[in-house]
Amino acid sequence: MERFLNFLFIGLGNGAIYAMLGLGLVVIYRSTGLLNFAQGEMAMFTTFIVWSLSDAGLPLWLALIGGMAAGFVIGAVVHQVIVRPVGDPHQKPLAVVIVTIGMFLGFNALAKLIWGNEQQSLGNLFGRGEIDILGTAVAWQKLGALLILAIEAIIFWVIFQRTKIGLAMRSVASNPESSALCGVPVTRILMIGWGLAAALGAVGGTFTAPTSAVDANLMQLPLIFAFAAITLGGFDSFVGAVVGGLLIGILTDVVPRYVDIFEKMPLAPAFLLILVVLLVRPEGIFGQKKVTRV
Amino acid sequence: MALLEVSGLTAGYGIVQVLFGLEFTVDAGEAVVILGANGAGKTTTLRAVSGMISGGGAVSFDCKQVQGSRPEQLLRAGIAHVPQGRGTITDLTVDENLRVGAYSRSGSDVEADIERWYDVFPRLGERKTQHAGSMSGGEQQMLAIARAFMSRPRLVLLDEPSLGLAPLVTREVFDRVAELVRETGTAVLLVEQNANLALAFASRAYVLEAGRIVNAGTSQELRGDESIRKAYLGS
Repeated sequence: MERFLNFLFIGLGNGAIYAMLGLGLVVIYRSTGLLNFAQGEMAMFTTFIVWSLSDAGLPLWLALIGGMAAGFVIGAVVHQVIVRPVGDPHQKPLAVVIVTIGMFLGFNALAKLIWGNEQQSLGNLFGRGEIDILGTAVAWQKLGALLILAIEAIIFWVIFQRTKIGLAMRSVASNPESSALCGVPVTRILMIGWGLAAALGAVGGTFTAPTSAVDANLMQLPLIFAFAAITLGGFDSFVGAVVGGLLIGILTDVVPRYVDIFEKMPLAPAFLLILVVLLVRPEGIFGQKKVTRV
Repeated sequence: MALLEVSGLTAGYGIVQVLFGLEFTVDAGEAVVILGANGAGKTTTLRAVSGMISGGGAVSFDCKQVQGSRPEQLLRAGIAHVPQGRGTITDLTVDENLRVGAYSRSGSDVEADIERWYDVFPRLGERKTQHAGSMSGGEQQMLAIARAFMSRPRLVLLDEPSLGLAPLVTREVFDRVAELVRETGTAVLLVEQNANLALAFASRAYVLEAGRIVNAGTSQELRGDESIRKAYLGS
């Protein structure tokens, strides 16, 4: 039991990171209808900014807020300068997706240019302390990640479901032309969407950093898990990103410890589950099926 | 002075020019139709007026030059556009579609307006939490009209509301819009192929052929015009 709880919390802690990245992907998907392949690299880039601020003597929490603010600006600028000029994602989705892949490489190269190839270390937002849960020592950092994840998910759910700007984002994702005819300033709305997603990336990256090291490859594996998480949960669902992320975390960190054949391939259970979900419910567990009549 | 005054309007897509110097006006509270066959340039005309595509010439609304403005700016000025194919925001519910329609407004009377539209189109009220994309064509057309009126416009551009609808449904839509024009004093610029319905609805009409206005007059005059009868009224 103790062993199981230990693995479970490791899984949940990692899953929370996948879910945070997944939330960023969902934000972009719900405001533009696109998958942003650069989400992870943008998160890595903003995490370097957090590291720089923290290295300059700022407390980690303040550094994180600075990184989020920088992320918001970077996201908005990326949309204005790179994504928007390529064209309407509804008319040429592939072109825009390819551009996000280009940005993946661009941010990676830029980070190496600015911060070099050295690995930097970033501390825990919630310190090194542990708490006893049912006889198992659980790091505050893991519980903190879950708490922040919950707060993020609630904030974004409220923004998208309960505010005018959220309604505008969903409207633009569904039909930008009609939205403009209804008076929605489409460009500004998309800028905000990209800004929010990039700001979220700084949080995910700052939680990932202590488990490895801050370098240009920080978010590549987590991004793959985040894609897996939203495939499982549904591209357009915040709840889906959270549940999907946590499930992926648990499956990859817990199951392989108990099932021999997965020991050598810890990723297999998660991808088996995704396969099954895609066969049974292609839109993901919480995803919305698109229904359109003409 | 007319509410909408268009002169020398040209527009097209890329190197293909579609409109060749249109002149027309719409007065406040007036219903005007532009009749034309497929490909005459009806939709392009509305798209150029509402800023969805850029065009040449002069468009003035409420005595202000608005040519070159973006759709959301024109909406704030008071021009709402019901696009061809209804422009349903398919992933949103009926209720949310109406709220997007009210995006340019702020204030508490938005709720009251939404309720009013459920009275005007009871079928929308029955489906308010349903995804708009799952509704029938007629229901989506009603939603598109209600959504446009949610901005409390002074001029509504209506692009072929009869397209793809059963005759009975089309008649219902036209009756409702006619009532709205009478009750709210909103001006309507309609483009249509269905001349019978359109001439009954509008007080004045223009006839568009290959991007040029070839005839104009009151609906009564045009109904009596021999060439119009042959081309558009089928008798």
